[in-house]
This record gives sequence, C-alpha cells and structure tokens, in this order.
Amino acid sequence: MKAKKSAAKPAAAQARPRKIAAAGGAKSRPGTGIASIDELMAYAYALELEASERYAEFADAMEAHNNREVAELFRKLARIEHRHAEQVLEEMGWLSPPPAPHGGYKWEGFEAPETGDVGELHYLMRPYHALQIALHNEKRAYVFFSSLVNQARNAKVKTAAEEMKQEEAEHVRLIEEWIKRTPKPDSDWAIDPDPPALAD
Amino acid sequence: MSPGTTAATTTVTSTAIASAPLTARDFKSDYNPIWCPGCGDFSVLFAFTRAFASLGLRPENTAVISGIGCSSRIPAYLTSYGFHGVHGRSLAAAAGLKLARPDLTVVVASGDGDGYSIGGNHFMHACRRNVDMTYVVMDNHVYGMTKGQPSPTTEPDWDSKLSPGGTGLRTFHPLVIALAAGANFVGRAFSGDPKGTGDMIAEAIKTPGFSFIEVLSPCVTFRPEQREWRQAVRPAPVTTTDDPARAARLIMSDDGFNIGILYRGDRKPYQPPMGHGTKGPADLEKGFAI
Amino acid sequence: MAVGNERTSAATRTSISVAVTGSGGAGVMTAGNMLLETAAKVGWYGLMVRSNGPQIRGGEAAALCRIACHPIETLDDRFDILIAVDWENIHRFADEITLGAAGLMVGDPDQGDPPEIYAKSGARYERLGIKTMAKAIRGSWPNMIVLGMAAGLIGLPRDAVKAVVEGSLKKARDAMAASLAAVDAGYDSAVKIEGIPKLAQPAPRAGSRWLITGNQAVGYGAIRGGVRFVAGYPITPATEVLEWLAPALAQVGGVLVQAEDELASINMIIGASFGGVPSLTATAGPGLSLMIEALGLAVAAEVPVVVVDVMRGGPSTGIPAKSEQSDISIAVNGMHGDAPRIVVAPNSLADCLTATQWAVHLAEALQSPAIVLSDQFFGQTRAVVDRPADGAFTSQRLAAAANTEGYRRYALTESGISPMAIPGTPGIAYTADGLSHTERGIPSSGAKDHAAQLAKRERKLLGHEYGEYWADIEGDGDTAVVTFGSSTGPAREALARAAADGVSTRMVSMRLLSPAQPDKLAAALAGVKRVLVVEQNYGGQFLKYLRSEFQLPGEVRSFRRPGPLPIRVEEVHRELVKWSRP
Repeated sequence: MKAKKSAAKPAAAQARPRKIAAAGGAKSRPGTGIASIDELMAYAYALELEASERYAEFADAMEAHNNREVAELFRKLARIEHRHAEQVLEEMGWLSPPPAPHGGYKWEGFEAPETGDVGELHYLMRPYHALQIALHNEKRAYVFFSSLVNQARNAKVKTAAEEMKQEEAEHVRLIEEWIKRTPKPDSDWAIDPDPPALAD
Repeated sequence: MSPGTTAATTTVTSTAIASAPLTARDFKSDYNPIWCPGCGDFSVLFAFTRAFASLGLRPENTAVISGIGCSSRIPAYLTSYGFHGVHGRSLAAAAGLKLARPDLTVVVASGDGDGYSIGGNHFMHACRRNVDMTYVVMDNHVYGMTKGQPSPTTEPDWDSKLSPGGTGLRTFHPLVIALAAGANFVGRAFSGDPKGTGDMIAEAIKTPGFSFIEVLSPCVTFRPEQREWRQAVRPAPVTTTDDPARAARLIMSDDGFNIGILYRGDRKPYQPPMGHGTKGPADLEKGFAI
Repeated sequence: MAVGNERTSAATRTSISVAVTGSGGAGVMTAGNMLLETAAKVGWYGLMVRSNGPQIRGGEAAALCRIACHPIETLDDRFDILIAVDWENIHRFADEITLGAAGLMVGDPDQGDPPEIYAKSGARYERLGIKTMAKAIRGSWPNMIVLGMAAGLIGLPRDAVKAVVEGSLKKARDAMAASLAAVDAGYDSAVKIEGIPKLAQPAPRAGSRWLITGNQAVGYGAIRGGVRFVAGYPITPATEVLEWLAPALAQVGGVLVQAEDELASINMIIGASFGGVPSLTATAGPGLSLMIEALGLAVAAEVPVVVVDVMRGGPSTGIPAKSEQSDISIAVNGMHGDAPRIVVAPNSLADCLTATQWAVHLAEALQSPAIVLSDQFFGQTRAVVDRPADGAFTSQRLAAAANTEGYRRYALTESGISPMAIPGTPGIAYTADGLSHTERGIPSSGAKDHAAQLAKRERKLLGHEYGEYWADIEGDGDTAVVTFGSSTGPAREALARAAADGVSTRMVSMRLLSPAQPDKLAAALAGVKRVLVVEQNYGGQFLKYLRSEFQLPGEVRSFRRPGPLPIRVEEVHRELVKWSRP
C-alpha cells in the first residue's frame, strides 16, 4: 500500500462500497504506459504466471487439508495457466521471461487480475467453488485486456490487446463449460460436525 | 565488521556470494503450510518472499524469529534461517541475535496474542531500544492456535468460552504503544493486499532502527466475519510523517483500518560495536596485577 | 476389578475398542462422542481419546473409543474395530491404532484399499460404501452412517443411539430425520457382518455416573474445594480447565480473569489469595516454568495457591497435544532456594476432581502452594465414571482474629501453621514478604530468623497428617509396581491380568508426591522384593525422585517411555510376568 495514495477523495471513497479494486493498488490506470507489444505481452506473461503460481499454492493448501479433489483441480488450473504463460514466450520468441516494467506492473487491484484471492478458499470447498474462482479470475483478465484495448496508444498494441481479450473470452467460455459439467454442491457443503481441533 | 579479537571462539561473518538475483519463489521452502485455507497468513508469507527478493537479500543472511501461534509457524515456510522460540519472547531473541550479529537481516514474526499479550513487555522495550530489525505482527484479533480465546486486540463484546459475553476491556492499540515507546517506523498493512504488504515490509527492512508493521490478517476459522475487513480497510488519508507529535495526533484517532506507513523517523539504531575490540583478554590482566 | 476384555461367551466380550477415522468434515469426533454417550446412557462404561493431525480444521482425525462393562481407565492394547471414512494420512495414527489379526477394518471401497500399514495387521476387511450411503439419504452425513455402523457392530441398542442423536442435534426436522435414517442405514449394514463379538450386558449399578473430561473434573474439583478466583492464560492442553471454570465460577460467585501471560496469572492468584480468596490457575509445562519464581514467593510469604499442570510432551514447546509425565522434576524440585511445596497427582480421570479438591484443601490448610500434576490424557479424554464421592476436603485457612495483641504473622508455632491475617481485619495488618523475615514479617537477613522460618515451613508440611489418600495401595505379593498419574490405569489393568495368570502383584499409585512420605511407602512395600517403577517419560524422573527421597526395597527396575504414545497394559503386564517368573 503506497502512502502516496492521495488525500483527494477519502470522503468519496467512503461513500461508495469499497471493493478491493477501488480500495487499493496504484491509482493510475492499469496498463498505463504500454506503448509496445513487448510490454503488453510482458503483462500477459506475468498475469498467467502469477495465476499459475497462486493456483499451485491453493492446491498445496487443499492437499494439506485432505481435500484431494479440489487440490487436483487447482493443480490442473495451475498447469493450464502455466501453459498459457509458456505460450506467450513461444509466440514472442522469448527464451527467458521478460523483465518487469520500470516501477513494476500496474494492475487494477492489489494483484494481477487472474490471480486468485486466498480469502476465497474454504477447506471444505467443492470443485464447483474452485471453478467459480477460476471463472471470476478469467473474467477479470478479460476486463483487464478490454480496458487495455480502450487505452491503447497505438494500433499495434490495440490489435494485440484485442487478441488477448478474445483469448480470455475463450477461457471464460471454457470455464463456463467446465462448470456446466460439474455438479453443484449441496447446500450443506460447508458443514463440519466436528469442532476445530487442538493442533499444537 | 572487522574481526578485531583473537578470542578462542571463531568470529562468524556473512560472506557475500556473487550469483544471480533470487526471486520470491527462492525464499519459499518446500514445507507445505498447514494454515487453514483462507488464512491471511498465506498472503503475509507471500509478502515476505516478495520483500526479501526485492531487496536482494540472501536466505543465508536473513533470519526470521518467531514465538508461538499460527503466525509464528512462518519461519519454517521460508528458506532463510529461522528460530521458532517460546511464546512471546521473539523480540528478545531477535535483539540478541542482531546485537551479536549485526551483519544479518533480522525479521520477527508474531501474532496479536504472542506479540501484544505475553510479548507486551518486550514490545515496549524493543521499540524503545530501537535495534535495527523489522517486527511483523499478524493480527487477527483472536488466539487461533488454542481455539478461539480473546486477544488484546479483540473487540470488547466478542463472546468466547473464556470470556462469556466479551472481555469488556478496551482493546490494545499497538501503533499507539509503538510510537509512544519510540519505534522508528510504524505502519499497518492488510493481508488482502499481499504486494502492498510486501512493499511495506521491504521499506521497513530498508529503514534503520526498529520497524513495526501490524498486518491485519483475518482468521477464517475463528473470526470468519473478518472477511469484511476488505471493505473496512482504507489507505491512510495522510502521508507518512517523520514528526512524532503529528503522528501521535493521527494515531490517537485511528480506527484500526488505516493502511499505510504512518510514521518513519530517523532515530539512530542501537547497535553497540560488536567485534571491534582493541585489546586481547591477556591485556585485561593488568587491572589485577599488583 | 474385572479383567478387561473377558470373553464371557463366544460372542460377547466385556470390553470392545472401536477407532473411527476420517478427514475434512467427516465428523468422526462427533460420531465417537455419540457412541460413548449411547454406551453411557444404556449402562456401559467407556472412554474416548481424540487424535488429530496438525490442521485446525479438515485434518485427519481419529476418535479412539473403548466401551466396557466395568469402569476403565485406559485404552486397550488393540482396537477390535477400525472404521475409516477415508484413508487420508491415516498412517499418522498407525502407532496409536494397532489392530490384531482378530480385528475388523471397515472401509469405503470408493476410498481405495487400506494402506499397507493397516493391511499387514491381518485384520479382516469389509467394504461398506459409507459415503455413497450418506449421499443416498439426502441431508445426512457420513459420521451418522459410521455411528450406526459402530453401534450395530458392537451391539449397542439401535433406539439408544437414535435417542442420543435426537438429543444432541439441534437441527431442523428434515435434517434430524436424515440423520436418524443414516444411523439406521449404518446399523443395518453392520448387523450383516457376521462373527463380530458384541458387548456383554453391563451389570446393574447403584449410584449415579458422569460423562466428563479430566479438565472439567479439575475445574469442578477446584470449585468444590472452595476456589473462587482464577486467573489463567490459554495453553494446550489446559485451556479447557479455564473455559469450563469461566461460566461455572461466575455462577457460584467467583471470578475468572484471562491474564496477559502466565507470569501475570500466578501473581494475580497470589494477590487474590493474599486477600483471603482461595485461588487457582491451570497451565502446562511451559507455563509452569514461567510461574516458578512466583511459586517461590508463595512459599516464602506463605500464601496458598494451586497450580494445575496438565502435563504434555516436553521439553520446551515439545508435543503440545500429547500426554507425558515429564514435569515431576520441576514440580517437586524446581524452585531456587529451599522451597518445600505440595505436589498432588490424580491417578484416574475421575480422581482429577478429588485430587484437585484435596490440593485446594491442603494449600489452604498449610498456607502453601500446591501443584496438581494432571496430564493431557486425563485432561482431554472423555469418560464414563462413577460419580466421585463428596469429599471431606474443603478449604480451611487458619485466619487470625482481629486485634490480636502482638500479632505475628509468621509466628513459630508448633505445627508451623501460623494464623493468617486477611486484609480487612483490623489491628493485625502486616506486609507479606518474599524476603527472609522475622516472625512479624519484617525483612531480616539474620541467620536465626532465616533458619527458623525455613524450619517452620518444612515443619508445617511434614507435620500434617495426610491420611489414606496419599496413595492407592492394591494387591499383594512380593513384586510391586510403583507409579502415579495416568500410568496407574494401565498398571492397574496389568495387575488384574497378571492375577488372572496366577501372578500376584502389588501396586502403589502415589497421589501425594510432595512432601515425600517415605515411612508410608516403606510400610506399603513391606515384604516386597522387586519394585517396578512405571512412568511415561524418558529420563526416569519419578524413579530418580523415589531414589532420592524414599527407600525402595529389593531389586528396582524401571519401565518407562516418553510420550506421545500411551503406556499399554500389555507392556506392563509383560514386564511383571517376565520378572515374576525368571
């Protein structure tokens, strides 16, 4: 959290309901200053990689709590996102990951748009819930690239951003299909008859 | 640090190893955290790795000291040196380490129970002593590991088995205490912003002297209502100040949800010169000789 | 006492042990508790031990139950039945859940086969689709299936189980119906499995019984003893003592305060006791270590306090959620200076109540700190016990009368007990002091005063008549087991097994560890040629204490093992038989 967040609108900020996106992160528009395809694809790479790493962490957390089914699903999502990241490298002919832009990546919220929020996890969650998280992530990625389309400084970046946007739209569609094939959890999925355990 | 002694014990120094810069991932150990899924501490772990990497630290030169509690598990999940000590005394152990080994980067991890209850006395004196280290307290307003008792930052009306109907006690204000006791850097972060937390930790480590960060880190198991913290937190409506009086005025009206570095001073850290002796033990005999 | 696990007929036994394991919301602890409650209501005895992984929620969990026709104080050597909702990380429990070739494993085929570590036991394996059965009954839970199954396998009446479920669950009618249907489904599936021994009918018992944990018993013992002020700090496995006392004390007009740490806790209760109110705290090893200095103050200033130490694996942070008997040294010796104190160790779960009550009585009567050595096994195990008798022990502090001419707080009386002035009493105000002091309580570094007060404090403890309750002395023979605390349960049952084998053994289970009663022990061990000291720690702390303060006759052997695993009946039994028949 940068203390340089301006004092300009504390009142206004309190007036409307605060989401993570509004409350935090850099105040400048996301993707500000993307002037080249290289920079755009660096963002794309970072986005996919961060998503992949976060899904892997989610899988670890689920595994440690004996929720194998969801752990495996998160591992699968991690692999998929990792593949997306690799595809960026392949398309761009990069042999190694691109460096971060000067001053770091500027995302809309606190983290890259496809990165899952750890607070969404529940040790009893079902695959359906995991996919809802994935869907939410893909939609945010779509919104991110849409806004890049709108902000694009030049035609090349705009075209590239448009392609990324379409890809994310495809990812959204795939997740939605996946969700359709996934049983909805019963209303009592979060019930645990046992009280918390005394660990250590 | 110059090895000026000829003591029998070896003087250990850290040696810089020239190699490629490490990434955040290099600071995360293989040991899978057992925190409940949804715990804010995952984000703080991420923040630590990010901070360490961004500063170009090396695991061998970094030590993370902790006490007892869920947040105190964190040293094992990092590849740096770690010390998982007894309840509430991490600041003392950390001070000892830093004073004896000023070349190391010393970071302390604690929780609201470990840090503000049993650790309260040491907290006050660590701020006053101003040894160069960074203290990160993961505050979730509850004793999680022992299954849900009130901590000093728990709301007075929070019902629990140990305090039915609530403690009825005013909550502890760690930032106020830190400032009053002389901490050189006082900030608050929110685990819902792992990157921001990481950036603040990096700033704290860079700042000489005792740096204190209170991280609001929700407990998904015993305080599920803390999901609402993401709505309650806001960037502090002021810029960081180096004027203690100004900071004091601001902190007194703080409601616990202002995020940012509230105070950063320039007090010189306390660090007596270690290893800069000019005499050997034999020279000391002269004082006894007749 | 009846021998555990008798075969009263081909198909019935007097003790059956069931382990239920599962993870992530399976609800095995609840199932185990309900099984125990059902057994209790119908007239059986039983106990349940909980074991889990390090996760606070969703981790692998095991409910370890033993149901018997007679009071039992320990788990059996083996489990007869293991029901696994799933096999997640179950290897963690492999040392605790031993199955023999005569055992039965029930598992869900959807969860795969039992892991090697259990399969190699040779136990019979039956497949029952627990999760499928639960899913088939909308709104039901695997643990209800398992509960029905366990009850059906061991022969608990179906209606009794369902009554417990109805009583326990505060749910909507649909959920209740589903739970009951699940119990039925589990029960029906179990009765199809043939050749499983059932529990023999319990003998009718006079007197009421309780379902209680050791930590609750400690809390109630404190209140019965007269405690009305408690200050404490959460620590595993003692927190439940404090959590039970918080509302209970309030009901009887007392107060419980959560202190900032153990240093505050012990000093607070000393303060409250100085003010005349019997006071107590509960902690574990690390907390007791912190309290040592202040306990010395309580000795020197002659302020009564009780500290309950619910022992766990040590040293340092150790194994917080497992039992061990490794705080003897610190309890009997751990203070600087010559500081005699009272140490009491309950030797059964129910005894946690009486022993604590006695400790309060002794502390108050002798104006001394008393340490109660309970442990995690007692503290967190839930058991069916005969209602403990109303003890005669209540706090009887010798208070000084107002305006006593020339009052001396630390007067050198014959008994060593000098009347204590309670604040609020006019004419006899004094300043309590940890400094060495005169009879009036004025600080003094004089040799005479120091020696006199040291002798006074020792005299008051040694001169007290502690009565029969200092130990349980059972059996006969020239081989004796000397033990204390939770090692008593397995030792007692081992004695019964040895007796059935024709080997007669004696047991002394010591309740009053300090001050040592060497004459009484010598009398209890008269004629003994072989002494087996049984304790659950690595270094033989109890053995060393016995050697330093008592005379042990004949040959002495030590059977000991540190936590986390409990000492088993068969281990003690084997030692006894081996030794008695060279």
